[in-house]
Amino acid sequence: MSHNNENILEIEDLGVSFDGFKAVDGFNFYLARNHIHVIIGPNGAGKTTVLDLICGKTNATSGSIKFHGKEMRGKREYRIVRAGIGRKFQNPSIYENLTVFENLELSHPTGRGVLGCLLFRRTAEILNQCNSVAEQIGLSDRLDTEAGILSHGQKQWLEIGMLLMQNPEVIMLDEPVAGMSVRERTATAELIRRIAKNRSVIVIEHDMEFVREIADRVTVMHLGKILSEGSMDKVSQDPKVIDVYIGH
Amino acid sequence: MFEGYTAEELQSIFIMQGFSGLSLFSVLLLMGLGLALIFGQMGVINMAHGEFMALGAYTVFLCSNLTHKYAPAFGPYYFICAIIFAFFICALVGALVEWLMIRHLYHRPLDTLLATWGLSLILQQGYRSIFGAREVTPTLPDWLMGSYTLKEGLDIPINGVFVLGLSIIVTAALMLFMYRSKFGLRLRATVQNRKMSGAVGIHTQQVDRLAFAIGCGIAGIAGAAFTTIGSTGPDSGSRYIVDAFLVVVGGGTASLLGCIASAFGIAQAQSVLEFFLDGTKGKVATLLVIVIALMIRPQGLFPSKVRGN
Amino acid sequence: MQTLFRSLFKSRAEAIAFGIFILFIFVIFPLTMPIFRLNLVGKYLTYGFVGVGLVLLWGRCGVLSLGQGVFFGLGGYCMAMFLKLEASDPVTTAIQSTPGIPDFMDWNQLTELPWFWEPFKSLPFTIFAIFIVPGIIAFFIGWALFRRRVGGVYFSIITQAIALIFSLGIDGNQGYTGGRNGITDLRTLLGWDIRSDNAQFILYFVSATLLVLVAFSAKYIINTRLGRVLVAIRDREDRVRFSGYDVAMVRSFIFAFAAMVSGLGGAMFVLQVGFMSPSIVGIVPSIEMVIFTAVGGRLSVLGAIVGCLLVNYGKTTFSEDFPNLWLYLMGGTFIAVVMFFPNGLAGLADKIPMLKPYASKWLNRNKQEPAKAPNTPSSNPVSDEP
Repeated sequence: MSHNNENILEIEDLGVSFDGFKAVDGFNFYLARNHIHVIIGPNGAGKTTVLDLICGKTNATSGSIKFHGKEMRGKREYRIVRAGIGRKFQNPSIYENLTVFENLELSHPTGRGVLGCLLFRRTAEILNQCNSVAEQIGLSDRLDTEAGILSHGQKQWLEIGMLLMQNPEVIMLDEPVAGMSVRERTATAELIRRIAKNRSVIVIEHDMEFVREIADRVTVMHLGKILSEGSMDKVSQDPKVIDVYIGH
Repeated sequence: MFEGYTAEELQSIFIMQGFSGLSLFSVLLLMGLGLALIFGQMGVINMAHGEFMALGAYTVFLCSNLTHKYAPAFGPYYFICAIIFAFFICALVGALVEWLMIRHLYHRPLDTLLATWGLSLILQQGYRSIFGAREVTPTLPDWLMGSYTLKEGLDIPINGVFVLGLSIIVTAALMLFMYRSKFGLRLRATVQNRKMSGAVGIHTQQVDRLAFAIGCGIAGIAGAAFTTIGSTGPDSGSRYIVDAFLVVVGGGTASLLGCIASAFGIAQAQSVLEFFLDGTKGKVATLLVIVIALMIRPQGLFPSKVRGN
Repeated sequence: MQTLFRSLFKSRAEAIAFGIFILFIFVIFPLTMPIFRLNLVGKYLTYGFVGVGLVLLWGRCGVLSLGQGVFFGLGGYCMAMFLKLEASDPVTTAIQSTPGIPDFMDWNQLTELPWFWEPFKSLPFTIFAIFIVPGIIAFFIGWALFRRRVGGVYFSIITQAIALIFSLGIDGNQGYTGGRNGITDLRTLLGWDIRSDNAQFILYFVSATLLVLVAFSAKYIINTRLGRVLVAIRDREDRVRFSGYDVAMVRSFIFAFAAMVSGLGGAMFVLQVGFMSPSIVGIVPSIEMVIFTAVGGRLSVLGAIVGCLLVNYGKTTFSEDFPNLWLYLMGGTFIAVVMFFPNGLAGLADKIPMLKPYASKWLNRNKQEPAKAPNTPSSNPVSDEP
């Protein structure tokens, strides 16, 4: 498939091997604009590794990752982030010693260079954006709380909020509802649908019910390769998928 | 720097410096093995490692004095016992240090580095108070003295051969211990996954303490080996510590083979260069090469590849 | 004015502490100490420059350099080279076989000034070099290492090796560097005799003023977004990277800043002490500077400076009277600080507000007996603190 305007991210023949072990192999993936694309698969299928490859944390050994038609493979993490790809980690990765507000503010894209940091001033615009993001993630009344004492679910939301501050075109979420209560889960699903209105989202998730709730498209991975792809209904009836999930 | 030497002279110089490099290699290897064991096991940088080496050397010195005072007939054999003593005394002190200090500082690797440096200050001053600031030399048994003459102008010192043999034995023993014994298995398991090892019933604290003790014990053997090639002063150990660190880092920290290779490279380079450039310049050149190499390839000679992280 | 104040101090207590410090070094010490002692304090203060750098680099950014003595030394050697050239004019050195070059070069059979000494005939170049040489070297070392994600103990070991290389390198090239003896017998700065009491008095004030300026700039950095990014890098490096910051660049910058500041300290050291030698730049002094900082408090700019003053005061006093005990004491203090007070004296001072409930309880107990206490305890300055 050649570059087309519908797809914001086009990944072709992506592969990486660790000492001969192919963790991801021949991976093709096309992310459509304003879509929520979920990657599922049993443990060790290579899902998190795919995110690591896209965001530059791990260097791919083959293939290409094109964002807006531009090659991202081999670029440094911060350049990929500045291009517009944000990533949330599996375990909430926030600045525990800073307040919720400071966490959000630090994620704002103005002044990310050394000089920019030195000259950075808290403008009304930045303040407004922090407030509106805090509202979206339901932490408006916790702005002055130290992030370390938030509940697990709130930490996950805060990290999503930090991504929203960066205003990326692609957001990658690694198991955003792991360890959440049912109520928090519903709220997160709503949040993800809301943020996907004007950006694309890649989600890794185990929880099938949650996937059904949010996914526009689903990719099933197994042993580093793509097993099946399509709508949730389609893949859940694919005999290969059923085999992998039941057989393991 | 080679002008003025004939090819044959150069060959002899290289072989002889190579052999004196082998003695340095042996000491560095023993130091590096202990450091690498401790660093690999718990990420602790032991800045007092050189002082453990000096402790081993002083133990040999004490054994020598006691033997020659009370049992002169035992003179030719005491050295072997002294090596074993050196190992156990250093291991014991090491275990004590682990219990008093190190175990409180896990997860703060930079702080262990500083705390053990404080310890090294105290130990050095301790040696100075007990043994005096002057360097001491144990009376070595006769069989360690002298040299084989391979051909004219080419002497191989016996003590060098002995030290080399000693370090090979210790390395082999450590390898056997790590890969064949039950404790070695526990130790490797703890390095791989501390929590899981705890969960399957490995007493990880005990493993740590023993690993630290063995590392220090090997430093003690290094000190014993050191007495055959130089005299011991309060700061003898600290003169080797940077080289020993570079051996560990250069070898890729987790790899025994890397440790051997980098100890060999560093020792040989230093010893050959020291002959042609004068003392410190040879050392500076060697260190500079290692540091630049580490800047280009920080993972060392034999990095361990693990997914993620 | 108020915004400047805000960008330097987070709380009033902090500002008061700084005020007390300034009062001490600018008024009380100069008024009460003989010039010999004052000069010693001035020498200790030059280590404070290194300490301030370490607070940013180690305390805030989590990178422990065991080679800060190198940068202190680079700045110091730049200054010493200038002063040595001034002291080696052809008239004073007429008895040498080559007049007009520094004496140690003559002793080592050098017949002309090495090329890298030439520019140090100019004071403006020297001042420039005092900042730029340590800064550039640190930046490139940092860039090479941080780019490749070298951090933690690896960075410490490599910087320590660099300290060894530097001191051995100076030691082994006597003709070019003065070797083990260092560069000694420095006399005048543009004709002004720096050895006179008067000059030492003035140099003390220059040094103290520069230190306060450096401390303020460090505090300014800490309170900007850069300061928050530093702490964020220390605690969650990956997240910072994925918030779009170039972590290697930020670290290299801070390393270079710390090096420049240390270089300035080294230059002030040379001006006040009158010599420079490899014994001040090697492994041991480098790690001692870390000790000063740790004792004072690795997170606090003021703490680090006070740590430098106190430990060095202790060193001078003790090593005069009980040279043997000093190393035990220093080693012991260091272990104790690392194990029990990782944030040093400043960390202890921060705990004082936590005692406030007890203090006010005690004060209130007095209040209930007004007959006994005519001066109401609320006039106690403790309760005025925020």
